[in-house]
Amino acid sequence: MTLSPDTIEVFSLGPVTINATLVFSWVIMALLIAVSWWVTRSLTATGDIGRGQNVLEAVVAFLRDQIREVTNQDPEPYLPFVGTLFLFIVTSNVLSVVPGFQPPTGSLTTTAALAVCVFVAVPVFGIAKLGLRAYLMNYLRPSPFLLPFTIIGELSRTLALAVRLFGNVMSGSVIAAILLSVVPLFFPIIMQAFGLLIGVIQAYIFAILAIVYIASGTELQQRRARSEEETQ
Amino acid sequence: MSDFGLIGMASIIIAGLTIAIGSIGPALGEGRALAQALQAIAQQPDESNTITRTLFVGLAMVESTAIYCFVVSLILIFANPFWAAVQNGS
Repeated sequence: MTLSPDTIEVFSLGPVTINATLVFSWVIMALLIAVSWWVTRSLTATGDIGRGQNVLEAVVAFLRDQIREVTNQDPEPYLPFVGTLFLFIVTSNVLSVVPGFQPPTGSLTTTAALAVCVFVAVPVFGIAKLGLRAYLMNYLRPSPFLLPFTIIGELSRTLALAVRLFGNVMSGSVIAAILLSVVPLFFPIIMQAFGLLIGVIQAYIFAILAIVYIASGTELQQRRARSEEETQ
Repeated sequence: MSDFGLIGMASIIIAGLTIAIGSIGPALGEGRALAQALQAIAQQPDESNTITRTLFVGLAMVESTAIYCFVVSLILIFANPFWAAVQNGS
């Protein structure tokens, strides 16, 4: 039983060690790119669309609807970033039922990297939408005295974002490994199925929280009451 | 008891206590939030999309405190600063 795929070395080349987290991240990236390329090769706008195109269209439409409902804005600028986050995490979590596959989201390094991406994306989208000055003024509302708490809130929500995903995925694989050694019949399968549900929900939560954080950075705070939500 | 044993024992016990006590509050809160959301969905099934999404975001916020406890217990077990200090000292 291993706590994190970081400790599994696949091969090392001099000072560079390639561990399982990297390898399986590459596997997921290659899979996503290959499927997208293979499906988008033969796109049609006619009535009889292929199965692959149907699935991808449903996914993209779902993501666009969710982003539009959360932000009340045009989803187009946020779709590539948030959609990629969601697809990467959901693929990683769902593939964890494949024997021998260690989900890279079960390693704190991967989830921390994803959370840092969100942490950087919030000011990037905010400044692109509002301009530097208006974005920074958001920090001083409702009162400049709350500035430290706003900054602590930004940092702690990034930490929570990373550890939430890591803890859920890691605990799923650890529980499966423990059950395998205690009751190797049937029970691990139930927990794996439960882990699938948890994995998809966690991917959804990660993406939704990313949109919520980005949206909170891109809208001017007209009312003072709304700024209370920002401190979380 | 040696320093090793003492620090190890204290870390393990406190790590368990941290996650045990720290998860009580969020568990109660999440259960309450879920019950309220189910009630709201039962009353207004048309709004279930919005309610579910808000529920997830709210649960994530409530969960943060439990996650901080989880981080503390992970630090106590895997990255204990006192443990490292004793190891370097001896």
